[in-house]
Amino acid sequence: MPRPLFHRVAVLLAVPGLLGTAACAPVEDTTDGSAGPEQPETTLTVFAAASLTESFEQLATGFEQANPHVSVEFNFAGSSDLAAQIGEGAPADVFASANTATMDLVVDEAGVAGEPETFAQNVLEIAVPADNPAGIEGFDDLADDGVKVALCAEEVPCGAASDTVMTATGVRIEPVTREKDVKAALTKVQLGEVDAALVYRTDVIAAGGTVQGIGFPETEQAVNDYPIAVLADAPNAGPAADWVALVTSDEGASVLADAGFRTP
Amino acid sequence: MSTQTSARRRERPIRVASGRFPWLLVVPALLGFAFLLLPFLGLLLRAPWPTLGTRLLMPEVLGALRLSLTTATVATLVSLVLGVPLAWLLARTEFPGRRVVRALVTVPLVIPPIVGGVALLLVLGRNGVLGQYIYAWTGYSLPFTTAAVVVAQVFVAMPFLVISVEGALRGADRRYEDAAATLGASRSTIFRRVTLPMVAPGVLAGAVLCWSRALGEFGATVMFAGNFPGRTQTMPLAVYLAMQQSPDAAIVLSLVLLAVSLVILICLRDRWVSAP
Amino acid sequence: MTPTHPALDARLVVRRPSFALDVHLRVAPGEVLALLGPNGAGKSTVLRALAGLAPMVDGHVRVDGLDLTAVPTERRPIGMVFQDYLLFDHMSALENVAFGPRCQGVPKTEARTRAARLLDRVGLADHAGARPRSLSGGQAQRVALARALATRPRLLLLDEPLAALDAHTRFSVRSHLQRHLADFGGATVIVTHDPLDAMVLADRVMVVEDGALVQQGSPVDVARRPRTGYVARLVGLNLYRGRADGTRVTVTGTSGAPVAVTVAGTHSGEVFTAFTPRSVALYRTRPDGSPRNAWRLAVDGIERFGDQVRVHLTGEVDLSADITPAGLAELALAPGDLVWASVKATEVACYPA
Repeated sequence: MPRPLFHRVAVLLAVPGLLGTAACAPVEDTTDGSAGPEQPETTLTVFAAASLTESFEQLATGFEQANPHVSVEFNFAGSSDLAAQIGEGAPADVFASANTATMDLVVDEAGVAGEPETFAQNVLEIAVPADNPAGIEGFDDLADDGVKVALCAEEVPCGAASDTVMTATGVRIEPVTREKDVKAALTKVQLGEVDAALVYRTDVIAAGGTVQGIGFPETEQAVNDYPIAVLADAPNAGPAADWVALVTSDEGASVLADAGFRTP
Repeated sequence: MSTQTSARRRERPIRVASGRFPWLLVVPALLGFAFLLLPFLGLLLRAPWPTLGTRLLMPEVLGALRLSLTTATVATLVSLVLGVPLAWLLARTEFPGRRVVRALVTVPLVIPPIVGGVALLLVLGRNGVLGQYIYAWTGYSLPFTTAAVVVAQVFVAMPFLVISVEGALRGADRRYEDAAATLGASRSTIFRRVTLPMVAPGVLAGAVLCWSRALGEFGATVMFAGNFPGRTQTMPLAVYLAMQQSPDAAIVLSLVLLAVSLVILICLRDRWVSAP
Repeated sequence: MTPTHPALDARLVVRRPSFALDVHLRVAPGEVLALLGPNGAGKSTVLRALAGLAPMVDGHVRVDGLDLTAVPTERRPIGMVFQDYLLFDHMSALENVAFGPRCQGVPKTEARTRAARLLDRVGLADHAGARPRSLSGGQAQRVALARALATRPRLLLLDEPLAALDAHTRFSVRSHLQRHLADFGGATVIVTHDPLDAMVLADRVMVVEDGALVQQGSPVDVARRPRTGYVARLVGLNLYRGRADGTRVTVTGTSGAPVAVTVAGTHSGEVFTAFTPRSVALYRTRPDGSPRNAWRLAVDGIERFGDQVRVHLTGEVDLSADITPAGLAELALAPGDLVWASVKATEVACYPA
């Protein structure tokens, strides 16, 4: 996946780039007169949770066609990393978080325009190897002796959600590992080193056919809300609002649903 | 005579004008040092000193620290047992493909550790090339165990030892080994009683490098051994996960790891590396 | 066992890309053989081949009649003293000496007793616990000798044993070494490029140049009758090779042209003629009188040599002349000056080539 890396680099480059255009603007006015009036190019910077990568990139294609003078640059990373970057003054227009707690943090520290809006929900699924060697059928099976389960670490969202479900249902899973993130947990499933892992439904879908997803009703105990907001200091507030509108539209909902999200 | 000497010693030494100050060396040297030191200072400045004590005493921290120190030490011992003979083979023997073997030894240095961890899973995992037989015959599966932490650390850290010892072996005067042979020493005696003591500083330096690398190891460990507090969660993993929730906690853990390893390395240096 | 065979009998053939060695050595029990030769002549290679450290392409090594050609170094009954001694720095002097016996399986206490006795014999009982680093050059040399003797070898190999010492220490260590070699019952091969070492220590001298034996004999014989320019320079003689016919020897001069040398006795065939620099007299004008050789030569260089001055001359022949500083002052020689050099026929030694 070279695109997220490219986008990260692009964000880093965007900072001096913005300064550069601002400084050069008067010069351009005098020299570019013969080239005819041309609307300045706007770069919309969207900070979004890594789980949104595929959906947002797909939406960006249509957005750029509809708004030819706006190009969308993404910074995909963990929600808390993004919140920290925004706190340090990174020039973001839009923030889309994978949980409300992190969004609340940004609301408190950097401020957002208006109220954050929940545009998607993610629920846990049981990921098992394609051949499901341990014959897992439901959440209870994960607590069986001899079943090797990988959970996310309690410090990361999917781990916290797993703990919530366990607490609510009273089912005690004894994992062999608390993986540092969803991808690490999925890798263990793909390689068959564990019999099952609790990950988000979107991760199962993103993994394609290499793992099998098993839904379970207990997941309703830990539904994860994805809020989105235009930042108070957004350099391009107008296009930012357009982007939020697209994400929360029916078109946005259908793209997100394809990726495994629930939409309101 | 002796009074004369002592009298002379009390005299002020004559100052010989030294040449130009070696700016060309000193300035980059100081810049280099500052570059290495500044991130450490950053940690110190941002450390949440008031809550430091309570955070340190959390059982998870002590458990991770104990696990880190134990596994890094065991990994270093394993690396010594396997790596020193490997270094000897590379430095002292001629066999077809020696250059290739030498290049392969450094592979763990260049591949990202997380890839190394995946590679270890592919070989030693429950479904791995070798691991599947071990699992089929003994029911034992290496990943997610403390042993897996050691294996991951040996994989990434042993090359440092091998390279260091190989360099020492190449630098050692082989005529001492000839001398030992003329005195009737067999090759193994020569290695134990002449070669090894001669290259001891190189072995020690390699072991220290190896230990430090094992202590800081993250990628291969988290991929191959997973993360389970008390069993496979070493300090670097604890630091990483703490970072997900509270950077303050991560800073404290990093400082603990740094302080403990610095103390150990400084003590080792005083104890073993007394050479000028 | 009757001593029908020499203590050492070896033919050593070693070949390397830019170097070939082919020599044959025979050394009697108790005999000390010195290998003399310039740097790079292959002397050290001879020792390494004898020790099994340098691979041979042909030849054999027999010690006391036992064929050691294919025996690995550690099982050969040899003791070797290396040029810079190669004492193990991480062991005390005593441990260094005890190392060999320990490797041979001698119990620890016995090995240490033996080592202590040997250190006592070389006069270093007080330094048994010393690290090699803290020993002086002479002391280190004696520890190295004790270490080599501790395995009770039948063949003792000494590689430039005195080269690393300063002139003063060298004298005392040389006489010390001489005593120990006299006590040693096996064969000794000593490599040196210092003729004095060879003269004092050896019973027999072999001169090796370019990997081949060029001359051998008693030290006195080699010193008096050198057969190569290298040996002649070492022992300080002017040497020329030529054809004798009665008292007249035609030698090849510097430019290749024949030069006549008159000698005292009558000889015939290929011969060497040699004379000392001291027997050469220098004159500003042509000398006459008794049968003597006289050449008009140019001064090439002047250097101090003991209490004399050595004048290097070049012309039809090259030669060195030793004169007194007073003589030099009287002649007022400067480089390039032409002088007459004369040698009495009776001062010229002549021996078959």
